[in-house]
Amino acid sequence: MVLLLAVVPYVLYVTGNTFWLDIFTRLVILAIAACGLNLILGLGGLVSFGHAAYIGIGAYAVGIPVYHETYGGMDAIASYNGFVHLGLALLCCAIFAFITGVISLRTRGVNFIMITMAFGQMMFYAIVSIETYGGDDGLTIDLRSELPFINLDSPLSLYGLCYISLLVVVFLTYRIRNSRFGITLQGAKSNEERMNAIGVNCYKYQLTAFVMSGVICGYAGFLLGNFTTFISPEMMDWTRSGEIMFMVILGGAAMLWGPVIGAVLFIVLEFVLSEYTVYWHLPFGLMLIFAVLFLRDGVTGAIHGLSSSGARHQS
Amino acid sequence: MSTPILEVRNLCKSFGGVVAIDNVNIQVAEGEIHALIGPNGAGKTTLISQLSGLLQPDSGNIIFQGKDITGLPPYQFSLAGLARSFQITSVFQELTLADNVALAVQAHAGHAFRFWRNAKKDPALREPAMAYLKQVGLEERAGWLASEVSHGERRQLEIAMALATDPVLLLLDEPMAGMGREESAELIGILKNLRTEKTLLLVEHDMDAVFALADRISVLVYGQVIASGTADEIRNNSKVRSAYLGEDES
Repeated sequence: MVLLLAVVPYVLYVTGNTFWLDIFTRLVILAIAACGLNLILGLGGLVSFGHAAYIGIGAYAVGIPVYHETYGGMDAIASYNGFVHLGLALLCCAIFAFITGVISLRTRGVNFIMITMAFGQMMFYAIVSIETYGGDDGLTIDLRSELPFINLDSPLSLYGLCYISLLVVVFLTYRIRNSRFGITLQGAKSNEERMNAIGVNCYKYQLTAFVMSGVICGYAGFLLGNFTTFISPEMMDWTRSGEIMFMVILGGAAMLWGPVIGAVLFIVLEFVLSEYTVYWHLPFGLMLIFAVLFLRDGVTGAIHGLSSSGARHQS
Repeated sequence: MSTPILEVRNLCKSFGGVVAIDNVNIQVAEGEIHALIGPNGAGKTTLISQLSGLLQPDSGNIIFQGKDITGLPPYQFSLAGLARSFQITSVFQELTLADNVALAVQAHAGHAFRFWRNAKKDPALREPAMAYLKQVGLEERAGWLASEVSHGERRQLEIAMALATDPVLLLLDEPMAGMGREESAELIGILKNLRTEKTLLLVEHDMDAVFALADRISVLVYGQVIASGTADEIRNNSKVRSAYLGEDES
């Protein structure tokens, strides 16, 4: 998998299939976002339905400074510098996640889903209403973020950055899963009352995870803004949040590679199915229902189960 | 009697018009095994829930080690040194027994804002966890999932987890519930070994266990403590006999 994502896009690009490189770039960026969501959904067991907002914030953190640098105004943030964009993206996401997390995490279950979705939609309508940045027509990013050593205008460099970022994010989540923090989070998901009884205040750990999750999605947004060079509020719509959630669930929530596999499947299915019919959402939905009903840990869990069936139950 | 380690003062709790706990006073002395008995519906579980912070009393106070801890959130009760086990087994089913106990050790080892080191290989958590498992006789099951072991063993795991939070006072909510005779006997042995180091407040239906273990017994009937004293005093108390023990005697 790791090799596949490294080699195939390179070969495709060299052989002139730039269209495919685009698909892979989008895939890897979405995989990063899915990994971010998985931190709160998979490890924390909290279904957040508003994570597209962070992708949007990340993307507008590129678009808005570039807009002002080009057309003037807002000198404080106007810049082409990638570090300004990145810092702004991560900081805004952290603040937004903290504020919404403080409130949402007081609820559970359906209420949590609804309230995170409501905050996401709030962001969506906020951007729609700001005419300066195009409103719902969106905003074209005239110049990509300027970073040292990496030229984001080169599709291959951009892909390389996304790819390495994905590996870093996966490794980061791998370390977090087995750390004290990760185990506390998983304990809270499994049995919150028990965690209380052994003296753990789950709230502050869940809030931290929520913020981290938002920040990772914000980073994905930063990459997405640089990739598409056109951003619109549509990318923070709740259906987008749903898509990232599908990826996590399809691939297998709580599985390390689940979100990545899910993102790959999502993109592949979207591409293949939409070749046959414009109503590709229908078969896709059926597949998702199948995955939820019959594959306990998503596709990743199923593969895992097949390759190690029997080995597990020897006790 | 020296100053009590846990003092329940005039505790009241009602649900709607139903008075569940009616002006209850209980004192638990340091180092004793104090049993709380009472027929079904006497309010034992309501009382235990308040003593672990899950329910807020309507009035009255809970004084633990000289500090008023009434109204604190549940995790604060645990951090103060008041650990509980659950009547309905409440462990992390998908974790191994060692992981379960290690999680409880970790909970009392300060904050868990450590994102990098692998906690499952951390000897600072693993070694104490194994020691607690050994204390309840589960060291051979350490690598098993909590969902794979027997009901009795899961009850023992409950106690190991409560011990792992290094409590001063251990609240045991019907630890023998659903256990066979042999398992109960084993658990009584384990609890007897604990008496030298911990104070125990035991809520229990199993009279054999109560009389085998308890230094003192409080009897709760219809939300009121009708008697409190040594095992012999309780056995010979006419009020208790008519209200409660009478039902058990053939």
